Amino acid sequence: MAKITFIQHNGTEQTVDGQAGMTVMETAVKNMVPGIDADCGGACACATCHVYVEPGWLEKTGPRNPMEEDMLDFAFDVRDESRLSCQIKVSDVLDGLRVRVPEKQF
Amino acid sequence: MSEEVISTDAVIVGAGPCGLFAIFELGLLDIKCHVVDILDRPGGQCAELYPEKPIYDIPALPIVTGSELTHRLLEQAKPFKPEYHFNQMVTELRKLEDGKFELKTDGGIVFHAKVVVIAAGGGSFQPKKPPIPGIDAYEGQSVFYSVKKMEALRGRDILIVGGGDSALDWTLNLQPIANSLTLLHRRDDFRAAPDSVKKMRELVAAGKMQLKLGQVTGLTGDNGVLASAQVKGTDGNFDIAANAMLPFFGLTMKLGPVAEWGLNLHENLVPVDTAKFETSTQGIFAIGDINTYPGKLKLILSGFHEAALMAQEAFHHIHPGERLLFQYTTSSSSLQKKLGVA
Repeated sequence: MAKITFIQHNGTEQTVDGQAGMTVMETAVKNMVPGIDADCGGACACATCHVYVEPGWLEKTGPRNPMEEDMLDFAFDVRDESRLSCQIKVSDVLDGLRVRVPEKQF
Repeated sequence: MSEEVISTDAVIVGAGPCGLFAIFELGLLDIKCHVVDILDRPGGQCAELYPEKPIYDIPALPIVTGSELTHRLLEQAKPFKPEYHFNQMVTELRKLEDGKFELKTDGGIVFHAKVVVIAAGGGSFQPKKPPIPGIDAYEGQSVFYSVKKMEALRGRDILIVGGGDSALDWTLNLQPIANSLTLLHRRDDFRAAPDSVKKMRELVAAGKMQLKLGQVTGLTGDNGVLASAQVKGTDGNFDIAANAMLPFFGLTMKLGPVAEWGLNLHENLVPVDTAKFETSTQGIFAIGDINTYPGKLKLILSGFHEAALMAQEAFHHIHPGERLLFQYTTSSSSLQKKLGVA
């Protein structure tokens, strides 16, 4: 189990329990975290589960995979800390993970 | 404007897996179909979102990709000679006095149909609009999400944003008629076909267009006329002068015009009963992801089941009072004849 905190654009935070093996996107959807649209249901095909990984966590979440890098072309305001949350697998290492949800998953 | 009207038994709105299978089920009951889709090809989400991704929950197909599933459904529907109308969005649907339905598309096609099957999935695929502050003010005059008439862009200073096939194709198509053209992408790596990328780089090398790396953060202009775009680049901010901007950020699903057809809706879905899959209007059916009922699962296989039951009621709607003999394709020579195998 890993606690994951989603920080909304307006600063409100929501901490939920993530289960190992699930993705951060699935964890968000299961807990009805606003702002994670996940239109394609986790196929890395839509870029509507875009998050910004908070400083200090990027090393633990690992780098983007090539398919994700391509898909991020469809996201808005892509930064160095941008990830698609459907491509981050929850594990004990990520206990305490903090990610920011963009203002809009366009 | 004189409009030719296409008269048919059924119009299916949406050429995704459920719409395609509906052709088959209706076809077995001698119901002739026209199929309309906003995309330029069949498959719906299977074509647009995950053509190469495997699907594992189609009965009897342990693994199949979205494009292969689409291909197989097209084959299965072929004996019934459906007519497809791509790049068309059904914008209007209304009931006529004679009980038929009139459908109009944004491309000017008019149908008169005895039944309508809405198999529109998550709605219509529409271009994503980047949330750049104030972009709305420029839409239609300076900002375009698709190119309807190339001539409207002749002689303009064009900024194209994106790195996929649409961005590259339009870069190559518009460069010869533009006064100036800049392609802006967030990285120096392109998803588009390598050949298009090569041609684009040749144009850049020849000084005929510019390639810039960065992301648009703001727009300036006056009265809907764009003057320049503010860009956050990898090494600092800069402006690009342009009076036309074409952002290509892929497609997103929007419910779209379905909401305006007078049907009862529940949370952007169309409620149906689970015996006939009929909407609140008799003769209009909804199958697949777009419908809702107690226990609904958004699975392709659910949509297939819905198509089969819908077809039964569609038959009764078209032939009131007529008895429908239930038959199996394995044993019925009349069904096999329709399938072209007997």
